[in-house]
Amino acid sequence: MSTAAGQLSDLGRTRVQPARAGAQQSRWSHMLYVAPFLFLYAALLVYPLFAGFWLSLHKADLFGGRRFVGFENFERLSNDQVFLGAVGNTFYFIVLTVPALAIIGLGLALALNRQTRTAAVLRGVFFSSSVLSVTIVTLLWKVVFAPEGGFLANLLEAFGRPPIAFLSSAELALPAIAITTIWWCIGLPMMLFLAALQQVPRELYEAAALDNAGRWKTLWHVTLPSIRRTFALVLIIEVVLQFQLFGQAYLMTQGGPNNASRPMVLFLFEVGFTRWDVGYAVAAGQILFGFIAIAAFAQYLVARRKEAF
Amino acid sequence: MPGIELKNVTKTFGAATVIDNVSLSIRPHEFMVFLGPSGCGKSTLLRMIAGLESVDAGEIWIGDRRVDQLAPGERRVAMVFQHYALYPHMSVRENMSFGLRNVRLPDAEIEKRVDAAAKMLEITHLLDRKPGQISGGQRQRVAIGRAIVKEPHLFLFDEPLSNLDAALRVRTRLEIAQLHQRVDAAMIFVTHDQIEAMTLAHRIVVMNNRKIEQIGTPMEIYSRPATTFVASFVGTPAMNFSPVELSDGPNGFVSARLPDGAIVATRIDKASLPASQSFKLGIRAESLDICPAGQGETVGVAQFVERLGDRTLVYVKLADGATIVAEDAGNSRVAINDQVGVKFDGSEAHLFDDQDRGHHAVLDGSAT
Repeated sequence: MSTAAGQLSDLGRTRVQPARAGAQQSRWSHMLYVAPFLFLYAALLVYPLFAGFWLSLHKADLFGGRRFVGFENFERLSNDQVFLGAVGNTFYFIVLTVPALAIIGLGLALALNRQTRTAAVLRGVFFSSSVLSVTIVTLLWKVVFAPEGGFLANLLEAFGRPPIAFLSSAELALPAIAITTIWWCIGLPMMLFLAALQQVPRELYEAAALDNAGRWKTLWHVTLPSIRRTFALVLIIEVVLQFQLFGQAYLMTQGGPNNASRPMVLFLFEVGFTRWDVGYAVAAGQILFGFIAIAAFAQYLVARRKEAF
Repeated sequence: MPGIELKNVTKTFGAATVIDNVSLSIRPHEFMVFLGPSGCGKSTLLRMIAGLESVDAGEIWIGDRRVDQLAPGERRVAMVFQHYALYPHMSVRENMSFGLRNVRLPDAEIEKRVDAAAKMLEITHLLDRKPGQISGGQRQRVAIGRAIVKEPHLFLFDEPLSNLDAALRVRTRLEIAQLHQRVDAAMIFVTHDQIEAMTLAHRIVVMNNRKIEQIGTPMEIYSRPATTFVASFVGTPAMNFSPVELSDGPNGFVSARLPDGAIVATRIDKASLPASQSFKLGIRAESLDICPAGQGETVGVAQFVERLGDRTLVYVKLADGATIVAEDAGNSRVAINDQVGVKFDGSEAHLFDDQDRGHHAVLDGSAT
């Protein structure tokens, strides 16, 4: 018996070892397949990420001068009223745009989620603004907001009111940029909501009809709970996108008046490319990255809760 | 409790007619099954009664109320969907009480009804779970529970067993039959499964190609099929058909001559037959017995033998090349390529005219 058992275990050993070696070998050859991706990923994403952080610890300009200063840039930022104002503006802008984008996008999706030709045309119309370049969008809206002969000015005049200089008012500049942005960006949330609405089984609506649920009850108890993950997704995507506000503010107000519409990205653009204080700009970029990373992590958490119901 | 009346109901989708002038009446407390192949219109008809599809022409009455213009919720019908259609984000209790809350029933009454239904369906322990946390069979019970609590005049079931595994299907079938005993309502059950139809129904509505082929009790459908379609759709194996020539038989009945020359004496009254150009003989396997060659009406070669335990099905190729399915005892010794005789029970034979209408043996007192 013992010999037989010994033979068996020997057999096992001799068989297992080559198999293990083979597995090891094949694991390395498998690596070859992902190597090009890993290389590019490391070279284009991982390295710049750390290089950026390393740069933020330096006093540096674009001409090669560079001196290690530790966290001095971050200290300066925490006392820089223009930067703190820009952070405040960015958050205010997100509050102005993101809920509006989500709610208007959902409203449009609900209104246009039907199989008629009109709905199809209108879906195209509402999405079409998204394909325009920021230059055209801001140009259009500058015409709308212009105090002399602008669309809104004419409208106010028709009601006998004086024109309002939206873009040169400290209170109204950022809201005006927000309106422009909502008009420009409404296509994506609408499409995401449309896709989600089409995933809701028709039987649920039929069950609700048999359950005497009216239009509002059906919306509140069937539709919205069924698309709540998309709702969270839209909120987070839009937060990440709107954190990066730049073009509209740069082209419409240049951050003015008196920094009232200066967002974070405009701040770091100016510090980096007009004052050449690259280390300082990159430090501001790190803080922006931190905010966006938090929002992206929130999205990851939401996406992971697949079995929410 | 009211009955249900469908009067000349028609439904079209664009140019396609999906329900063509259907009339039907369902008695109070009757269990009606709509049976037919996919696409025959049975589900559409059910959904029209529920109010989920509009009625293009005709009327639907529940009791003395015309309902075809009413919203689904106002018809006092409850429906169990094929895929259950439970609200995924609501607990079982919320699923069952949602419809009652919408009609503003007092909370105490809602709780009473939900608890009673849950007890009847043995799902009390699931009341706080979400549909995603329970099995398919349990979801089915919740869907039935959601229908029961409404205390409807009419239950509608849209192929409710098709998503269950075989064992659960048989059990749930039995439970639906028991449910019907307990509730004071009529039921309409849509299925393409003839066994479900035969076992559950008081009466079956066999549908094909947008029309009703026959309405009758399960045994009427089985023994006296109104059309070739009903005869071939109901019963396993399918009924044998063969073109025949008719001649006068004894007692005013007709005899049918098969293409291979065999003569089958039927009990079909010659006077009742229309002046049709051609007739087909229809006869089920159970009315064809295998016997030693030379003893029955005809003879053939066993091509294939299916042993089912309690009986054996023998596929016999006749002299003219046609194949018929005949039955033998469970312990049959027939083997492939054996020469066998086939004995016809002519009293169980049916004739179908060139309009596909069925003609059956004369009833004598105790017969079907």
